[in-house]
Amino acid sequence: MSREGWINIALILSLLAVPLWAQVADEPFLITLSTRVAIFALAGVGLNLALGLGGLVSLGHAAFFGIGGYAMGILASHAQSYAPILEVPLLIEGTKSMPVIWLTALLVSGLVALAIGALSLRTTGVYFIMITLAFGQMLYYFSISWPAYGGEDGLPIYTRNNFPGLNTLDPIQFFLISYVILCIALVFISLLTKSSFGLALNAARQSVRRVETVGISTYRVRLTAFVLSGMMTGLSGALFADLNRFVSPSMFSWQTSGEIMIFVILGGTARLFGPVAGAALFIVLEHLLGGISDYWLIFLGLLLLAVVLFARGGLIGLLAGSPSRSG
Amino acid sequence: MSLVLFIEQVLNGFQFGIMLFLTAAGLTLVFGVMGLINLAHGSLFMIGAFAAASIAGWTGSFVLAIMASLAAAAAAGALVEVAVIRKLYDRDHLDQVLATFALILILSEGTRWIFGSFPLYLNIPSYLSGPISLPGGIQYPLYRLTIIIAGLFIALCLRQLILKTRIGMQIRAGESDREMIAVLGVNISWLYTLLFALGAALAGVAGGLVGALQSVQVGMGEPILILAFVVIVIGGIGSVKGALVASILVGLTDRLGSILMPEAFKLFLPPADATLMGSALSSMLIYILMAAVLVWKPTGLYGVRV
Amino acid sequence: MKLKIMLATAALAMTASAGLGETVKVGMITTLSGGGASLGTAIRDGFMLAIKQANNPNIEVIIEDDQRKPDIAVQLADRMIQSDKVDILTGIVWSNLALAVVPSVTAQGKFYLSPNAGPSALAGKNCHENYFNVAWQNDNLHEAAGGYANTAGYKNSFILAPNYPAGHDALAGYKRMHSGDIAGELLTKLGQTDYAAELAQIRASGADSVYFFLPGGMGISFVKQYADSGITIPMVGPGFSFDQDMLAAVGDAALGVRNTSQWNKDLDNRANAAFVTAYVDEYGRLPSLFASQGYDTANLLLSAMAEANISDRDAFRDALRAANFDSVRGDFEFAANHHPIQDIYVREVVLEDGVYTNKILSLAIENHADIHAANCSM
Repeated sequence: MSREGWINIALILSLLAVPLWAQVADEPFLITLSTRVAIFALAGVGLNLALGLGGLVSLGHAAFFGIGGYAMGILASHAQSYAPILEVPLLIEGTKSMPVIWLTALLVSGLVALAIGALSLRTTGVYFIMITLAFGQMLYYFSISWPAYGGEDGLPIYTRNNFPGLNTLDPIQFFLISYVILCIALVFISLLTKSSFGLALNAARQSVRRVETVGISTYRVRLTAFVLSGMMTGLSGALFADLNRFVSPSMFSWQTSGEIMIFVILGGTARLFGPVAGAALFIVLEHLLGGISDYWLIFLGLLLLAVVLFARGGLIGLLAGSPSRSG
Repeated sequence: MSLVLFIEQVLNGFQFGIMLFLTAAGLTLVFGVMGLINLAHGSLFMIGAFAAASIAGWTGSFVLAIMASLAAAAAAGALVEVAVIRKLYDRDHLDQVLATFALILILSEGTRWIFGSFPLYLNIPSYLSGPISLPGGIQYPLYRLTIIIAGLFIALCLRQLILKTRIGMQIRAGESDREMIAVLGVNISWLYTLLFALGAALAGVAGGLVGALQSVQVGMGEPILILAFVVIVIGGIGSVKGALVASILVGLTDRLGSILMPEAFKLFLPPADATLMGSALSSMLIYILMAAVLVWKPTGLYGVRV
Repeated sequence: MKLKIMLATAALAMTASAGLGETVKVGMITTLSGGGASLGTAIRDGFMLAIKQANNPNIEVIIEDDQRKPDIAVQLADRMIQSDKVDILTGIVWSNLALAVVPSVTAQGKFYLSPNAGPSALAGKNCHENYFNVAWQNDNLHEAAGGYANTAGYKNSFILAPNYPAGHDALAGYKRMHSGDIAGELLTKLGQTDYAAELAQIRASGADSVYFFLPGGMGISFVKQYADSGITIPMVGPGFSFDQDMLAAVGDAALGVRNTSQWNKDLDNRANAAFVTAYVDEYGRLPSLFASQGYDTANLLLSAMAEANISDRDAFRDALRAANFDSVRGDFEFAANHHPIQDIYVREVVLEDGVYTNKILSLAIENHADIHAANCSM
């Protein structure tokens, strides 16, 4: 196995080991932090599919993160108040069941990604960055000014949603749910990368013409990647909302898009486990630097700058050297 | 709605647009010539406002304050260019987005560190305050009118600079072929620093001018940054003319939208709902405009290159 | 940030006699960085001044910055409860953050003392026995302004607020008490900095007064532009838009503006005089409304500690409910929903020895309670 492979295994195992140790040592907050890492990593894995593999620099992934969050918030708040979401033409009730919420989050964020992607992918380069940003901002302003689900105040959900057979309020059990989903997403991406679709996506990033000459529509390949990417980030949004038992428009803000991008780049763009490393590093930094100074964001900024300027492969690149595979 | 109100809104739209143009011009020039996407441009706007507020507080002179905003932003721009931005020209957009995002964190929190968390005081000088009467019975604030005129004047100077001077020629050459001007023996790194500082100075002046109207505080640059990006994307990245047209378009859309949308909804909704719907939609209007333009013309109104 | 202020050592706590000597751990989550930092800083400074004055070895305060982000606030609350084992939380400035944090705090059996945010949901149907608001319910200052408009003889008001829940509540609160007509009503974009369009509409509306709720930088921008617009009808706002720490940034433009507040530095009571002097000595600036609320919150807590043990939740809650301390705003008591019943005043912005500040003009509304208490089944 390559050096990067070993690092990946160590990374994913320590993400499991830390909260398990915390459970034994009675440090419940460490479990909460690890859950945060797993969920952010999932958002990053989603973005990495579009950004790393597909070369689609989306500065609007907060849109999907927020939609996943609100899918959870809206369903759970209706279940909480026993008021159906829709009565005509068909009855749609709220729910507190996690699997149903996840499916809804996947479906809705997929549909929104399809719409945003279909329009945005007509552009390239900076225009693509900016149009995705614009769509994110649209949803942000809409969520603030639309009063039905709390507007700027956001929407608190008083208890965590249910998963059959588990007690989700127990921090370690909720962590395991998030962790397993993250692992499934990682396996999915690694299979996807090796599939013919993954190869086409990667080739499209390097040369549009070469792909088009063999009769593949780069537009379709990219759109599919963008939708899958949006769905994964949407799912992480639903989990994030459940972790906090709260959704708010800040999930839609462009800073959120920037942060998800930071997870990917800190860890190493286009590397399978990059977002996991990036999210973990970000959370650790937030806590270490936050303890040093009120102005810790300056240090975060300096560090980010250093990574971009001097450590282009991110954390994983730094540890593992240049990528072992070219595909 | 009366005609007077409508005309006043059109003027407001122009004034807002001109401010956006000053901020967007630097952004679009830097992109056009150096191929750099700079998220930290809003921080230069903020630095201009803080410099103006400090100097106005110290000397009491508004003219000096505006000159300070220009100088401080230009100096900060040059410094940032030499220290960081220079290393990013050859990188892809992703690296540029991230590095300049990092610069926002550094510059914003750095400003807060120096000036504290409380907003600063900067006000309109007495000789420019109050409204004046325009033909047709319109009362319009003199200061806003001054901004429109000053902004148009700066836009004109910029045009002359680009079309008529040696530096302008080099800038235009750089826009069409970057390697070429290096071959011609132009000191390219000096030209880039100068151009970046020029863009920063324009943003700084905009910050100083707007600072007298609003609250001078950390984070004031980000909303204007996003709008400036909307402007340069609609106008076509790299096109100064496009930026001017798009600025006015965005300014008018925003200002007229905020009063016309609620009115429009009142035609078929009860007033309270109409206000709510109209306000919600008008806050999204600029972004809808941008998405529409890009779907129609994927490289903006005056854009040629990608 | 992790600024641990240890005013008690474990040894001290152990040597203290049984009974009222139990150490109380307080977690303060407030905004200390980014745009809203001036408000959180004032609350913290007021709170810590009272703690310092009390010199009580049995209280330990942990202060953390929420960056004005709801998810960070939730995370900090989880950490403080799970790892630091705090008994009481306090400090949140913003309603949306309070809505995210308070329900889970009270559900876990901890107390929450709000030094500022008082969203209607927490005063009404989601009220909780462990939640106390020391400042006001969000509608209060707006209702007081509506009441003042009646006495001032305003018959036709133009009202505006940002388009978000607290903004909607503000306009509703004003209209609830104001008996005159509404010449126009506007919802502006949150974070908006240019009010030219709104001012044009105000000028065209024929209103005889303006009421606005625009917190933070939005209010500063609005007032500066209002002063420059040539509009001469009187303007009224809630106290937090004309608060001490803001006025320096607004300057002359704010002079003469009327605003409503339950506190001002010239309120004539002994506790207030002592507070103002001590605050100026300690921090070198005049206290703001937010600082007074932080100070009162700490004193409420200290008064309860003097009467009951934190381990006896019911007794401690009763002691809090009694509000047996000298508030800097004068006398007040808690309504059934644990929100204050208090007098609210009208202040005017004046220039005093070269410093912009407020002075009390008159009482706006007496012994005022919020209407949401009716929905609280506690």
